[in-house]
Parts: sequence; structure tokens; C-alpha cells
Amino acid sequence: MKKKIVSIILTAAMTTSLLAGCGSSAGDTAAPAAAAEEASTAEGAAPAAAAEETATAAEGAAPAAADEGSVLNIQCWNEEFKSRVTDHYPGYEKVNDTTGKIGDVTVNWIITPTDDNAYQNHLDEVLPVNESAAADDRVDIFLVEADYALKYVNADPAVAMSMDDLGIAAGDIADQYQYTKDIVTDANGALRGLSWQACSAGLIYNRDIAKDVLGTEEPAEVQEFVKDWATFNKTAEDLKKAGYFVESTVNDSYRVYSNNVSKPWVDGTTVQIDANIEKWVADSKALVDAKETNTYELWSDDWNKGFYPEGKVFAYFGPAWLINFCMAADTEGSVAYDGRWGLCVGPQSFYWGGTWICGAVGTDNPALVKDIMLTMTTDKAVLREIVEKDSDCVNSPSLLAELAADTTFGSKILGGQNPYQQLADGAEKVDMSNISDYDQGCNESFQTAMKDYFEGKVDYDKAISNFQTSVKEKYPELSF
Amino acid sequence: MDNRRVKKGASVTTRRMIAYIVLILVTFLCLFWFYVLFINATRGHSDLTRGFTLIPGGFALKNWDSLMHSSQPVLLGMRNSLIISICTAVLSTYFSTMTAYAIHAYTFKIRNAMFTFILAVMMIPTQVVALGFIQLMGKMKLMDTYIPLIIPAVAAPATFFYMKQYMESALPMALLEAARIDGSGEFRTFNSIVLPLMKPAIAVQAIFTFVANWNNYFTPALVLTTDNKKTLPILIAQLRSADFLKFDMGQVYMMIAFSIFPVIVVYLILSKHIVGGVAVGAVKG
Amino acid sequence: MDGGKKKKSNSNVVKYNKWGYIFLLPFIIVYGVFQLIPFVSTIYYSFFENYRSGLKQIGPNFIGLENYATLLSNADIWKYTENTFFMWILGFVPQIVISLLLAAWFSDPSLRLKGQRFFKTVIYLPNLIMAAAFAMLFFTLFADSGPINSMLVNAGFLSEPYKFMSNTWSARTLVGFMNFLMWFGNTTILLLAGMMGIDTSLFEAAEVDGATAGQIFWKITMPLLRPIFVYVLITSLIGGLQMFDVPQILTNGEGAPDRTTMTLIMYLNKHLFNKNYGMSGALSVILLIITGILSFAVYKFTTNQETN
Repeated sequence: MKKKIVSIILTAAMTTSLLAGCGSSAGDTAAPAAAAEEASTAEGAAPAAAAEETATAAEGAAPAAADEGSVLNIQCWNEEFKSRVTDHYPGYEKVNDTTGKIGDVTVNWIITPTDDNAYQNHLDEVLPVNESAAADDRVDIFLVEADYALKYVNADPAVAMSMDDLGIAAGDIADQYQYTKDIVTDANGALRGLSWQACSAGLIYNRDIAKDVLGTEEPAEVQEFVKDWATFNKTAEDLKKAGYFVESTVNDSYRVYSNNVSKPWVDGTTVQIDANIEKWVADSKALVDAKETNTYELWSDDWNKGFYPEGKVFAYFGPAWLINFCMAADTEGSVAYDGRWGLCVGPQSFYWGGTWICGAVGTDNPALVKDIMLTMTTDKAVLREIVEKDSDCVNSPSLLAELAADTTFGSKILGGQNPYQQLADGAEKVDMSNISDYDQGCNESFQTAMKDYFEGKVDYDKAISNFQTSVKEKYPELSF
Repeated sequence: MDNRRVKKGASVTTRRMIAYIVLILVTFLCLFWFYVLFINATRGHSDLTRGFTLIPGGFALKNWDSLMHSSQPVLLGMRNSLIISICTAVLSTYFSTMTAYAIHAYTFKIRNAMFTFILAVMMIPTQVVALGFIQLMGKMKLMDTYIPLIIPAVAAPATFFYMKQYMESALPMALLEAARIDGSGEFRTFNSIVLPLMKPAIAVQAIFTFVANWNNYFTPALVLTTDNKKTLPILIAQLRSADFLKFDMGQVYMMIAFSIFPVIVVYLILSKHIVGGVAVGAVKG
Repeated sequence: MDGGKKKKSNSNVVKYNKWGYIFLLPFIIVYGVFQLIPFVSTIYYSFFENYRSGLKQIGPNFIGLENYATLLSNADIWKYTENTFFMWILGFVPQIVISLLLAAWFSDPSLRLKGQRFFKTVIYLPNLIMAAAFAMLFFTLFADSGPINSMLVNAGFLSEPYKFMSNTWSARTLVGFMNFLMWFGNTTILLLAGMMGIDTSLFEAAEVDGATAGQIFWKITMPLLRPIFVYVLITSLIGGLQMFDVPQILTNGEGAPDRTTMTLIMYLNKHLFNKNYGMSGALSVILLIITGILSFAVYKFTTNQETN
């Protein structure tokens, strides 16, 4: 444990030099890398080496640094994790856009875009044969999203290392939200991945519309108008009378309903439709028929319209990153630009997004993998930096509590509101124990099939049969 | 005689007028999309979420700058795309002409069977073969190289079919007989007599092949894994699946604009050959 | 003339004809390695239950023709064939009409159109944009609250936005229109290249004899254009049956609404996407048979006409 503290202190020292390096040119990634380089010439590979020694000393199981491979291959689908590691992992030196160095170890970033399922196809090719690949070609770390995490977590034989195999104790990761663990816990209860993000979400409402129709713009009071679905739908009627849409599209609320199911999509090999999902259909059909909302796709131009006052959209359901980066905060005339959004919990708690780090079975750098996973997801100094630099909502209840207590902090977009209390409360309540390997496919198929029903193109039974056809195409082994 | 023509068909002036009107309409339909693309490339990301306008924005330089400084090796991508597209265009037209010539000019046992076979395989969609193709390339240790993207161009059934059809109307056998009598070797005849005669057809197919490979995302995305070897469409896809922090539609549009630019240049160069034309069928007449 | 020569120098002809094999060799080798082997494995797998479930490989278990039975007993495949065919027609008919018209005008010396170079160059341009980017633009323009809708509403043609992507015929028409736009320049260039192979003295002679432009077109241009025309028809038909990217991107791969814009290849792609090698193999074979029959019919039909 002593050595661990040493490594944390070293980390802190590195961090300081990193921040110093950042200085005036915050956006320039070359500067911190250069600073890191300067710092590490003195200390060499100290942090990584120290961490590995720690592992040896504490667990006695992990191999010594000398036995580790010289190449660390990381599979990912975009730049997000790369920039987090480049900016925040102590001792990481950027060599060029797709390689870096941690001590003597070369880090390769292998980026495969998600388009056309290319990323998963790529993982499916390399992971099952990882152990038999040449040492330098082996995948050491791969990243997954919640939608398909279980596919890799439940794989048989395993492709993601369990925390036990990595030598990460439950105590090391106690300060993380349970739902972030549920998503990457396999059928036998073994945890096989970690995330630095807690993407709990809430109802983001337009303060001007709230004031106009509900007579208040205070989060606690607005919450009373949307506290459950019945009240939410009642409020929708009032909004409609005043000429507003309660949400941009029925797909906005889908995630909220589907996060709060009481049984998973698939039981054994039988597909089942949860009561809360059926409730989404019934509620949404009523909303669409009453013209209180629309049937747009998320991320479409139609969906975006409510980011501006002319869109007349009362609320979006979303997490911190949606508020900070996607709602056109830097465009004059947008609701976000004027700081006229508010955040409350909404009818039910849910989460949206997040990236999980998995150690690949067959890695030749287990100690380094362990250190990266722990540093990036549990080191509070690193997490705080991530909050400050990247505005991620991080996976640490204690840090979020500190941020929530910070009365000097207020989000400009949210009209000065400090959202961390809501986000922390929400993350606590998210329950992802009812997920299955088939969620991504089932959710997508269901929403697509129901769109035709909402628009009156087909009746409910036909929509359900289209859903079944689509699921059968994706998963031939399932039945209804 | 002129009177008779006016009576029988519409007058030349009227027909010319109609032709111009249709052409202007069609031109509008064709150029409008480039205009939209151009407009979008000059607008910022959050400006774009606001919907569509017909007036350019002021973000062109910023988009260009962020594209050049993005972590995507855009210039390398363009080089890679150029290498692959030029090689495939050259290989595909040369060898397809050769294959067509074999079928057209020689009588041998499997000739008809071969012709039918090539026509039949023309119908196989690329998607059908893709999985087997990737598995095979993996076994041959050719993944992440340009070989699986370039060499298959040698066997391009659709290009072959076009060449064959074109030869029927433009390559008189008498000319080849004459060459033989002059003592020209078969291979030399092909290179110095057949190829020049096929120039318009080669130009047409070179453009098609070049463009198809330039825009091809499907196979390269499966084959190439190293960033520095990737082609532009993969980089565009990567840019589009960038995380929300770096997601910038203005940059994406700028990259699309940037990536179609070379195609337009190549097209303009080759279009001269098509438009200019080469006197063909002279011997036949 | 040919026959006479052959008799005289039979050994020579045989000697020459060996060059047929030599010239065919590159094609045969490359095709065999890069296409035939993967293709044969596709057919082979169509007789197996063979798919991925997560990372688990199910099969391959030999199941004979069961994949075919499953596919053919389901009405879906015929529905998708119909969708594909409708959307192909919606794109092909305007495409061939406009292309023939333009090619005829361009090659008609009596019209003396100005700016031909410009027009010829411009019509092919839409094909240069990546289908993905093009579909992205269309999606934006025809969105429920997109510029086309707001224009129509403002002009008073519509009382409320028309959902182009949510109605079968408007969605199909959009797909057809995009295919038309992307391919008519291509077709025009092909037809034009064919027309340029026609001896201009034929036109002049016809004009001297007092033929109208229409007569020249139908009696001289069309018959001589037949080989290229057959090529255009068959490649377009095959291209149509392989229609994929445009409807895929325009409808997010779902063939909305109610799967009425789902094409055969989109259906195949769904199986490939899920790594169902067995099903996609069987579907590929069925697809191949459909394409084969259609192409054969077209080929026979057009060549029969020629002999008449």
C-alpha cells in the first residue's frame, strides 16, 4: 500500500507539470506532451514501473515489469479515450497521432470507426484469437459501449479479463457507481470492465417555456410537473395548449422507460416485452396522436430544432455531455447560448452513454493494463482534471458530492444551476441489473418498428410482427 | 427538301430551344448538390444544427484549419486514395481490354463458355463475396495491405463487358488481319493498335473505375487497419464517428468537399478524351 | 472473307488462337483467387447452419436446404424483390429517357448545341459525390422540418410538413430520384461513347435523303447503338438489383416505412451484419438466380430483336 501512495504522489507531481505545461495553450495537445517528456526524462518510467512493483508487492501474482511486453495495443472507435490518456495519464508521451510511449512500452492506438459495425467486426476477428497472436500484435486493452458491453463480457471463452485476474480488489473500486459495474458484470457475477464516466441523465427543460406554462423555472418546482409519467403526460397537454411540444420526439423518452424495466429483453432464448416498454408505446402513441410530440430520429436536424426557441420544445432527456457539447451552446440565439436550460430528475432515473475499459484476455502487459484502468477510473486527481478539462461527469460519488457542494460552481448553459447534485442522485438510482446481451439490437428494432405504428402506417400487431422479424434477423437463436 | 423536313419534324430552332431548357434544368439539378456541399463546408457545426441556408457561412478557413490539424492523416489519406484509385483504373482498363480482346478476336474452345461465365459472375454482388474474401486475405497474410484492394481490379467483369460491346462496334477484324500480314506480333498488335483504338472506351471506364474506388468504403474499411494506410472514405467515417467533444459537421463537410476535389480534377482531364472522341470504325465503313 | 482466310492458313489461325488463352490468363488467375474461392465458400456455407451469437460460433452444422426453405417460405423475400424492382423502375425510366435524349441531342450535328463540353461534363458530376454524402444531403433537405418542406409550406402548397421518409411512395420516389441523378450522366456518357462510334456519314446520307431527326434516331442511331444499349440495360438492372447505399442511408438501414423500401441487398446486409453465414449464403444464391434469369431474359430479348 505504501508503494501505491508513492505512485499517487508521483502521479500528482506529473499532473502538476502537465498542467503547468498546458498553461496558456489549453487546446494544444503538443504542449502537455512535451512537458510530460521533459518531466519523464528525469523520472524515466517511474510511475509505470513503480505501479508494477506495487502490484508485485501487494498481490504477488502479477508478473514483474521486466516480463511485460514492449507494445501496448489499444482498440477503440474514436479519439475520446486517447485524448483522456494523452492529457491525464502520468508518464504518457505522445509520439505521433496513433502511437505513444509509457516508459519503454510503445502504445498503439488502433481506431476502427463504428460505421457499419466495423468496430465490433474488428473486435470479433481479433479477440477470440488474441492469446495465440504474436506478443506485439496482441490486444491489451479494448473499449466498449454499454449497448453491446455484455456481448464481450459474457463471451465464452472470456475475452475481457475479470478484476480478479487483473488483481483489482473490490476495495480499489468502491468509489464507483453500481450501475457502471452492472453493465460490465458477466452472468456469473465477475466484473470485467471499468468506466471513468457516470453518464446519469435527467430532464433538461427550457426555462422560458416552464415559466410561461408552469409558472416557475426552479428545478425543484418544475420536477413536480414531471415527477411521474401520468403527471408528465398531463403537463404535455397544458404545453400543447400553449403551443409547445413536451419533448422533441418520442425517442427522447425511450431510454428513460427502457432503463427502468423489471425484466430483461431476453429470458433464456425467449424475447419478452416489459410492461414499462409497453407503457412507452401507449404513452407515446397518445402523445403523437395529440400532436404533443413527434417521431423524429435522435440526432436528426428535426430533433435539433428545439435547441433554439423557435423549435418550441419544452424538454430533452439527456446527460451532462448533451448539455455541454451538443445543444449548440456557442451559437447565438440558441437556448443554451442564453443559458435558459434547467435540469431536473424527471419521471424516472436513467443514464445515457459512457465508455468502458476492458483488459483483453491474452494481454502481455497485465500490470500496465491494471494501472491504466485504475488510474483513469479511480485516481481522484485524474478524475478531477477530467471534469475540469473535458467536462465529463465522472464515476466517483465522492468527487461528485464535492462538486455538488461547491456553491461557486454554476453552469452557464443551465442559467447558473449546479447540476452535480441531480446527476449524482440520478446515478445512484440507475438500476441496470436487467440488461441482456441483446439490448442494442432489441432496442433499435423496437423503436424502428413502433415509429410506423405511431405514424399510423401500420397497426400495433403489424408493428410487433415487424419487430419480431427484425430481431430474428439479428439473432436467429431467439424465439417469441 | 428543307420544307419537307420542317413539315415532318419540329423545326431545328424549336428543338434547340427545348434542348437548352432541358439542359439548363438538368445542369441545375446536377450542380445544386455541390453548391449545398460548398455552403455546408463554410459553416460552423452549431450553425449547421440550425438548418439549411443558401448563403455561405464564415467558417471555411476554420473548418479547413481544423481539418488539417485534426488527428486524421488527411493528406496521407488522399495519397492512399490516389494510389489505389489510379492503380485500379490502370489495371482494370488494361486487363479488361485484354480479356475482351481475347474473347473478341480469337476463336478457341472455351471462348463461348468463358464469355457466358464472365457475364454470369458480373451479377455477383460484392457483399456476397466480402466475408469469404476477408477470411481468405487473412489466411494469405494480405490484410492491411493494398494488394487485396488493387490486384482484384484485373478481373472486372463489368468493365470487360463494356470493352467487349465497344469492340463489336469499333474494332474491325480486318485491321488485325492487316497487322498480322505486316508481321506484327499479337502482343504488339494489342498494345499498339487495339489499345489506341479503344481510347474512348478506356477513358470512360477509367473514370468509372477511378471514381468507384475513390468512393469505396466497404472493402477498404474491412481490409485496412493502420491509420496511415487508410483511404479518405474511411477517414470521413472516422470523423463522423468522432466523439461528441470533437464532433464537428463543418469539418466533415469540408473533408467531403476536399475529397471530391481530386476526383473532379481527374474527371475533367479524362473527359476531354470522351468529348473529343477518336475516329472509330473507319475501316468498317 | 474471314472464312477464306481461315482455310488458307489454318495452322496460322491455331497458332494465333493460343493467344486467346494467353490474354485470358490474367483474368482467370486473378478472378479465381480473389473472387471464385470466396464465392464458392459462400455457396458451400449456404447448406449449413452457421452464425455468430455474440462471440460464440454456432455451427457449421450441415442442414441441407433448410436455409433456402426458410427464406422461400417467407413472403418477405418477395416483398423485398418487389420493393427493389419498383425503386429501380422509378430511377431507370427517367434515367434512360433523359440519357437517350441528351445523347441524341449531343450527337445530332444539325442541332449544333453550344456549350456541349460544359453540359457533358456537368451531368456526370453527381456520380462523383460519395453516395453516403449525397444521401446525407438528401436526408437533410427532405427532413420533416427541412428546407424543402418549409419552402412548400411557405408557398402554400402544403398546410403542414409532408413526411417524405414516412410514406411508402414518397420514400421510394426519393430513392429512385437519387439513383436517377447519380447515374443518368453515367448512362449518357456510355450512350454517347456508343453513338460516337457511329459513322457520321450515315447521318449525313440520311439527312440528304430527307429523314427527320426522329427517323434518324430510331432507324439509324438505335439499331447501331444496340450493343451499348444492351450493356446499359443489363448493368443497370444488375446495379438495380444490387441497390444498397442510397436506401440504406436514407432509411437508416431499416427500409422504413414498414419495410417498403427494403431492398434485397439491404436484407442480405442484415444477415451479413449479424454474421449469419448460412442464411446470407443461401440468400446470395437466390439473388444470383433471380439476377441471372432477369439478365438472361433481357439479353435474349434484345439480341432476338437484332436478328429480326
